[in-house]
Amino acid sequence: MTSALATTGIATAQRQDRRGTVARLLRNPLGVIAIVIIVLVTLASLLATWLTPHSPAVTDLANVLAPPSIEHLLGGDGVGRDVLARLLHGGQTSLAAGAITVIVAAAIGVPLGLAAGYYGGRFDAVARTVSDALVALPAIIVLLVVMAILGSQMALTMAVFGVMIAPGFFRLTRAATMRVRNELYVDAARVTGLSDMRIMTRHVMRVVRAPIIIQASMMFGVGISIQAGLAFLGLGDPNQASWGSMLDDAFANIYAAPDLVIAPGLAIGITVGAFAILGNALRDALEDDDAQSDTNPEDIDAVVGDHVRATASGEDIVLEVAGLEVSYPYPGGERMVVSDVTFSVARGEVLGLVGESGSGKSQSAFAVLGLLPREAEARWSGLRIAGESIPSGDARRRDLAGRRIAYVPQEPMSNLDPTFRVGDQISEPLRRHRRLGKRAAWNQAVELLARVGIPDPDGVARSYPHQISGGMAQRVLIAIAISCEPDVLIADEPTTALDVTVQAEILDLLRRLRVENGMAIVLVTHDFGVVADICDRVAVMRHGQLLEAGETSEVFDAPSHPYTRALLDAGLEGKAPFSRLSEKVTR
Amino acid sequence: MVRFVAARLTSGIILVVVVSAISFWLIYLGSGDIARTIVGDGATDEQVVVKAQELGLDQPIAAQFLMWSSRAIIGDFGVSWFTNQGISTLITAKLPVTLSIAVGSSLVSAAVGIALGVAAALRRGWLDRALQIVAIVGFALPGFWFALVLVATLSVQAGLFPATGYVPLSASPSGWLSSLVLPVASLAIGVTAAIAQQVRSAVIDVLRQDYIRSLRSRGLSGSQIVFKHALRNASPSALTVLSLQFINLLGGAVIIERIFALPGLGQMTLDATVQGDVPVIMAIIVFTIVIVVVVNLILDVAYGWLNPKVRIA
Repeated sequence: MTSALATTGIATAQRQDRRGTVARLLRNPLGVIAIVIIVLVTLASLLATWLTPHSPAVTDLANVLAPPSIEHLLGGDGVGRDVLARLLHGGQTSLAAGAITVIVAAAIGVPLGLAAGYYGGRFDAVARTVSDALVALPAIIVLLVVMAILGSQMALTMAVFGVMIAPGFFRLTRAATMRVRNELYVDAARVTGLSDMRIMTRHVMRVVRAPIIIQASMMFGVGISIQAGLAFLGLGDPNQASWGSMLDDAFANIYAAPDLVIAPGLAIGITVGAFAILGNALRDALEDDDAQSDTNPEDIDAVVGDHVRATASGEDIVLEVAGLEVSYPYPGGERMVVSDVTFSVARGEVLGLVGESGSGKSQSAFAVLGLLPREAEARWSGLRIAGESIPSGDARRRDLAGRRIAYVPQEPMSNLDPTFRVGDQISEPLRRHRRLGKRAAWNQAVELLARVGIPDPDGVARSYPHQISGGMAQRVLIAIAISCEPDVLIADEPTTALDVTVQAEILDLLRRLRVENGMAIVLVTHDFGVVADICDRVAVMRHGQLLEAGETSEVFDAPSHPYTRALLDAGLEGKAPFSRLSEKVTR
Repeated sequence: MVRFVAARLTSGIILVVVVSAISFWLIYLGSGDIARTIVGDGATDEQVVVKAQELGLDQPIAAQFLMWSSRAIIGDFGVSWFTNQGISTLITAKLPVTLSIAVGSSLVSAAVGIALGVAAALRRGWLDRALQIVAIVGFALPGFWFALVLVATLSVQAGLFPATGYVPLSASPSGWLSSLVLPVASLAIGVTAAIAQQVRSAVIDVLRQDYIRSLRSRGLSGSQIVFKHALRNASPSALTVLSLQFINLLGGAVIIERIFALPGLGQMTLDATVQGDVPVIMAIIVFTIVIVVVVNLILDVAYGWLNPKVRIA
């Protein structure tokens, strides 16, 4: 029952999406222009007989290579046929060629792709082999052979071409089907006893349809081009006007009348181009769909009142942030995601920056590191990193990044470059900042790996990121961060993506490194357990502002703000999930 | 890596065998009374029978295929039915022309396409919009149309490059180069646009990855991040387009060779298919597929080298 409800819910959602897509497509001027061009070209070719008094086949000696005139608007070709008539009638051939290509390719590729993606197994393996083989054949050469055998009927030739490019549909449909197949709602439909056929048509087709339409639009153009190429080679039906055979004629007269290449060339270019633009516009319309569902950084409410400052009292302050603001451009203005945030950290101290998703804590951290996305704007009244003052809004950290201030990200796997060995990635900043040679940097990298507690540092240094575990990858990232012995380490949810046991180990490691290196650490987290474990001081953020700050023990014992109290209550219940905190994973 | 290459090689060999068997069968099925075509309409029935026996056409098709493939394996593709020339020598004479065009266009479009794609991904703005337009134009207009326009302007009117003809590399390197400029340029336009487009979106995609932000946090220079990390991660998708486009280039070369009167496989294919010169057609099919298999193998190895997940399973 529930699953049935769930699937209908998704179906309705998708139907609404689709209407949105069409509307967006029609709002895109390029998309509209493309549709208009396609409609006009189609009408002009279908109505060719009525649009021009001339026949595309009748030769008139007086009209051989004639320049444009009132009688013959585009002049005559090499044997005196009316160019305009041939252009209009040729459109029929081109459009038919495109249509046959797409229909045949889709009729073969889509069902086979659905079946291969849905059932997998041996059928999939065979279909994939055949598809790979077809892709490896040069179309024009195969078509030449086919025409030698079967004759030069355009429809048949284009049908064969449709078969040859069916893999384009097959691969797309197969990949999309495989993705959808494992979605929950398809599982649900299967459990409720829908037949495979119905699942495919109702659920899978709905998702696959859009990419298929885009692909079809492109392939229509490819079909037109190939047909033109074959006709240009003189292999088309001689009685049938086509843009390709017009180019053949233009080629024969390239010395006498080079202008003849223009009209058929433009016809091909504009038509195929319109299909390509239509495909792009469709894709953009669909991508907008995705983009809109992305959560934007939450806007902050009105100013909450007192200016809370999380300033350190220690002697040796290594990071000072004052009056930090971060905003994003938004239709009709700016969206402020961080406002008036002030904090500082002393050497050897750990400051916890706590808050739920969208509280602005990660945005604050990125602003300090100069890592905000391009569109974001950051301003501050003061930013000093290791004693060096940075002008407001400057995202460059010049000599500081990697040397005085370093970053440990949340998601370990996605933060290592998959194509380089771990050892190379640790060596890179060492070679740049410490000017170490290749060997020396590598040895240093192995030493660092040992320092962050990796049992087989030599082996791990030689590994690629996909060969090591998440916990190990986080140690590697910490090793990179501490490689140049920074004064400040900013760790953005460094344990959130890890197993509980590994979390504890990573916190131990950070604690140890803080003592050994005398670093200041800013720990961005939503987890009060982590705060209690490692932080000396804590600053609570909500809606882009600091709500409360103080010694960890003070804040825990006597939270002054009701929101902090609520967070603490929720967090310290142990296993019970943080109601709102666990809904989204903080980035 | 060795297993990866071996697997690719095996599937390539299977492809050659299967495609040549199918083509052989289709050609025989479709091409009617070949012996009569060769000896001409004026010949007596007896002469036709003799010719058929001479060519082995009276044998069952499987036997003919076996005979053909046992020779083809050692590189003996027989003689052309119409010109009586040895096919292997014919092809080795013409192959360099077609390969010069196809490989030249691939290299030019890879270099220009990657540069344009990276620039558009980094700069965005007007360059990016210009690239979008170029990509559509390159896709929309067939290479042979560009060839016609280039011939009409640069050779017929400006006289900068030869309109027709081929100069072998051994005869004159500069002549060779200048005879290739227009053919390569006209084929490369579309492929460059396709590669640039692909590289652009791949680079934009990579630059959004978390590890790029982490690299920036380490104070590495922008060019190091782009050219060492982003480009390397984006290049597999560039290679994929390149391997697909190379296959198209081989086909496109057929048309281009006609325009520039280049003595490559293209003209030979055209003549052979029009005449029904079966041994020549078969040899061309085998050669093209072998070329495609070899080029794809090279690109696959490059792909594996760039992508450790493929190399080290």
